[in-house]
Amino acid sequence: MADFVNDVVSLYIAIITIVSIVACGVLLWAMSSMRTSGTSVETTGHAWDENLAEFNNPLPRWWLWLFWITIAFSFVYLALYPGLGSFKGVLGWSQAAQYDEEMKQADATVGPIFQKYAAMPVEQVAGDPAARAIGERLFLNYCASCHGSDARGAKGFPNLADADSLYGNTPEAIKTSIADGRSGVMPPLGAAIGNDDNILDVAHYVLSLSQSNHEPARADRGKEKFALCAACHGADGKGNPQLGAPNLTDKVWLYGSGADAIVTAIKQGRNNRMPAHKDFLGDAKVHMLAAYVWSLSRNP
Amino acid sequence: MNAREDSVSKPAAAPAARANQPEDVEHSLYEVRRKIYPRAVHGWFAGWRWALVWFTQLVFYGTPWLTWNDRQAVLFDLTARKFYIFGLVFWPQDIIYLTVLLVLSALSLFLFTAVAGRLWCGYACPQTVYTEIFLWIERKIEGDRNAQQKLDASPLSARKFALKSTKHAAWIAVALWTGFTFVGYFTPIRYLGTEVITSTLGPWETFWILFYGFATYGNAGWMREQVCKYMCPYARFQSAMFDKDTLVITYDAQRGEPRGSRSKKVDPRAKGLGDCVDCGVCVQVCPTGIDIRKGLQYECIGCAACVDGCNQIMDRMGYSRGLIRYTTQNGLERQLAPKQIWARVLRPRVLIYTAILLALAITAATMLALRIPLKVDVIRDRGALAREVEDGYIENTYRLQIMNTAEQTRRFEIAVHGIDTIALATPPTLELAGATTRAAVVRVRVAPGKAQPGSNRMEFVVRALDDESIKVNERAIFMVPR
Repeated sequence: MADFVNDVVSLYIAIITIVSIVACGVLLWAMSSMRTSGTSVETTGHAWDENLAEFNNPLPRWWLWLFWITIAFSFVYLALYPGLGSFKGVLGWSQAAQYDEEMKQADATVGPIFQKYAAMPVEQVAGDPAARAIGERLFLNYCASCHGSDARGAKGFPNLADADSLYGNTPEAIKTSIADGRSGVMPPLGAAIGNDDNILDVAHYVLSLSQSNHEPARADRGKEKFALCAACHGADGKGNPQLGAPNLTDKVWLYGSGADAIVTAIKQGRNNRMPAHKDFLGDAKVHMLAAYVWSLSRNP
Repeated sequence: MNAREDSVSKPAAAPAARANQPEDVEHSLYEVRRKIYPRAVHGWFAGWRWALVWFTQLVFYGTPWLTWNDRQAVLFDLTARKFYIFGLVFWPQDIIYLTVLLVLSALSLFLFTAVAGRLWCGYACPQTVYTEIFLWIERKIEGDRNAQQKLDASPLSARKFALKSTKHAAWIAVALWTGFTFVGYFTPIRYLGTEVITSTLGPWETFWILFYGFATYGNAGWMREQVCKYMCPYARFQSAMFDKDTLVITYDAQRGEPRGSRSKKVDPRAKGLGDCVDCGVCVQVCPTGIDIRKGLQYECIGCAACVDGCNQIMDRMGYSRGLIRYTTQNGLERQLAPKQIWARVLRPRVLIYTAILLALAITAATMLALRIPLKVDVIRDRGALAREVEDGYIENTYRLQIMNTAEQTRRFEIAVHGIDTIALATPPTLELAGATTRAAVVRVRVAPGKAQPGSNRMEFVVRALDDESIKVNERAIFMVPR
């Protein structure tokens, strides 16, 4: 048990606990009656500051029983539950086990609902209003902190509500993204392309692909160097969903538009990661989320 | 230190005297409860107490059986976190009303205590009410005080066993019904009844029915005055709310002393006696077993049983009533007439308590009347402050937590104000079923240049389409990138 450095500490704590409880019992027993020569007890016998005495106003006897019950309870409790040093208790109860038990019960309640949808194809689940409501709640819980409540993303976090998709806008691709995560890497290519001027040329060529604002002269010069980029983004710059390489011919920019952002990407590369959720959410929830996300780009 | 030395040296110092002194005896420092057998009493105040027993218990046992809008009229649904009280539905956000209710209760307690002492304890406290019911059952089965004492002193016989088991069976029946009723405020009582009959009660329902039943049986049957004396904190701080003009149950010692028994025909004045015939009825009827003639004591719960008891005796003796009566310390000391005593009820303390109580009650009632069955919370997205969309428009995303706290389905319309050109980019209306919550994701857009870079104040207005008065304005911030 991590709470104790070694067994000696555990034993030490256990002994202190037991001795303290026994001491409470001894005190209770010693203080429950008194020997006097008179017919009744007037004071408890203590005197402070010369003549300050404590009168005996007897407590009700059932309080005494309550005290004994608490002492008995503490022994029973320490025997059944963890509490005595590192002793785990006869019942073997633990917070983790209780959590697992409660999750099991919750799964038993909501499991059938998820199972019903898990058996349906994603496209069909996406058309079910009840499933969509569940999917929305799941999305707000698990996805919205990065992709936004409306799934429209932010810089570095893809917009899930448009038709553009890095890994393909198919139910299978979305499911894979959620379940196994994605690792999007663009290597730094500045040195391979050349000096700053060459890089800016390539950036302007990339801008020209989407008919964005660019300098045609630079774009012409950059076209030749783009061959290096074509390995992933394709000769026509339309990207490759197998690799997650973005389509450069549309106006969707994950890291912002303009020559500066492209220059930075070429020089420093890009490294992005979508974490895997399969173990955390389970297949049924991943299925629901995939259906919800897939539906977003179809009925906005 | 002298005292300690004395106590230590005492036994040693008198070995000679030991012969004629009693032996050291073991004394328990705890007191065994002596059962109190309150004698049945009839009269004006006993009548009031019974009236309150009927009133409180009809309300307690009856309320869960009422229905309202096809549901239980009063239901505290802990699982759904909604409290239904007739037409009202309280959500966790309405905790302020519970606070106000508790403050009102506390202030009422202060007011009643300042005016006439422990009115709550004597007439309305569940401990008193259930003890009264249990005492009634006990008397019906075992007889009054003397018969009960005789029965308890007698050795176990078939008759004694039969009487005792009948009594406990009756007590347990009442206690279980009380426990069942109590749980019926949290689980719909008709459904709970079905569960009991088909023995499909949940573990916690079973536990609470038995627990509350056990508490009723134990407290009203066995513990009785011990609850008031050793468990209830109120007995211990009541004196802080008393003053010299508080009406308390008091024995008029001036009139009563010197006490003594006498024949009805004898003139007590000639014998040098006061009006108290020392019959002990006031002690016999007392449910806490005190002698009111010793003055005001913390054990006194203000039930006025001794007043009724003494008045009966005074009537029989042909003396005027009120040897034990509700009066004030000032009333006794200054020999005030009843009219003067009552005039002093309207003193600053009482008036201030009343004023605060009234002000609070009116405020709470107004708040309740003006309560809107709609709540809205605006939660800004944290991941992205703002984004630029088509034509340079700036867009912000919000989550509106909309709670329809009424019981009918409603359509709501969302609108935005506060910035030129501000508009929703998401559908403006949505429908919510009764007593449900929904997180609506809304996108808000502002034309380029219409808002300052940084944060801009704006406002969401959510209103019900079917009712003009149901409208909530929530302020929010619209962010524009620099």
